Amino acid sequence: MAKVKIQKKDIWIDMTPMSDVMTLLLCFFMLTSTFLTPEPVQVNAPNSVSEVKIPEQDVLNILVTPEGRVFLGTENKNNMQAMLDEMTDKNGVSLNATQIKHFREDAMAGAPMNMLAGYLNLEPEKMGEAIQKLGIPLDSINGGKSEFQQWVSAARSANPDIKLAIKCDSKTPYASIKKLMSELQDMNENRFQLITNLDVKRLND
Amino acid sequence: MAKKNLSKQKKMDTRVNFTPMVDMMMLLITFFMLCTTLAKPQAMQLTMPSNEDTKQLNEEQKQVTKASHTITLYLGSNDKVWYIAGLPNYDDPSCVKPTSYGKDGIEKVLNEHTTEEGINPVAKIKLAKKELDAKKNAYNSKMTDEQYQEQLKKLKRGELPSGEKVPALTVIIRPLNTATYANMVAALDEMLISNIDKYVIDNIDKLSEDDKALIEKAGVK
Repeated sequence: MAKVKIQKKDIWIDMTPMSDVMTLLLCFFMLTSTFLTPEPVQVNAPNSVSEVKIPEQDVLNILVTPEGRVFLGTENKNNMQAMLDEMTDKNGVSLNATQIKHFREDAMAGAPMNMLAGYLNLEPEKMGEAIQKLGIPLDSINGGKSEFQQWVSAARSANPDIKLAIKCDSKTPYASIKKLMSELQDMNENRFQLITNLDVKRLND
Repeated sequence: MAKKNLSKQKKMDTRVNFTPMVDMMMLLITFFMLCTTLAKPQAMQLTMPSNEDTKQLNEEQKQVTKASHTITLYLGSNDKVWYIAGLPNYDDPSCVKPTSYGKDGIEKVLNEHTTEEGINPVAKIKLAKKELDAKKNAYNSKMTDEQYQEQLKKLKRGELPSGEKVPALTVIIRPLNTATYANMVAALDEMLISNIDKYVIDNIDKLSEDDKALIEKAGVK
């Protein structure tokens, strides 16, 4: 019987064009993308047909979770530091170097002032979990400004050109957002931007 | 045949295996695709009156706006929405009519709202805006962005390009405490779609007793 000869064929595929395409794609993604800013809590913004873009700089992001917890932060770490300094001065809280370092590494501020030192003492891995149960209080202190209002005015004095951008979950009850907006109105911060996702379907209708 | 193969094997193969490189590229691309946002989020500009002059403003507006140029929206729980066209009739709760969000709901209500002059201003303005957009997006359009914005502003005030003046509607948005943030954004969205510039977000806690009684009778919650 004749041996069945399995012909060994060289199945070499030339990967060079594929590699070229990949490189191009990679370059495209690297150049066009901006990194996601980490947020302490996942928030799903509602849809709208508005096509106004948010500026990249000088924005104070105010995050409101479905439970009505408020976090805020800005992309400029030096401004965040200035805000923290003003807040600790006003509230008589003193922080050590490690705590300040932790604060700078955090994306957003969200701890009440009386719990701030304790929160910043935590390990960085535990901070992400702990902050989800905190939030900046909206209650006025002895009839005066609330901590949230103090933070906003600290942001305003750190950067007078700052714009307010509110990112709120679509399931947040209107009562929470009403309180927040009314506090902003009280301090004459009347212009703000509501962050939304583009509703392409409605736009084309 | 065999000879030929032999002679070929002697040739030095200088091809480089790109497969590992492609693998790595794939990983990098996946990483970038997952960790980035391509589209920047959109924003909706909202300007609220400061709390001190809200009362004054409302009283002024009440004086200048005709009854039939006003629509009040009540945003309730479970994505329900009610509207009152014109002034509320406190004796008749049926003036509060239910509607829904979206194209066949509020948009239709606004579009078909007829003022005392017997015209539908929203529909007219919308038509004029469509023409303006077409002009702007035309193949050899020389319209700059500033010109477009200026024309749009005029339109929103009710000045049509034909010289006709239509009244601009005023919408009062009253989200109840049971409404969600998405409801408020949806209502603001309708203002944007219907080119309505004059709208107020009213605080439900400061409603007059008559209004409170009316919406309770009409079953708004």
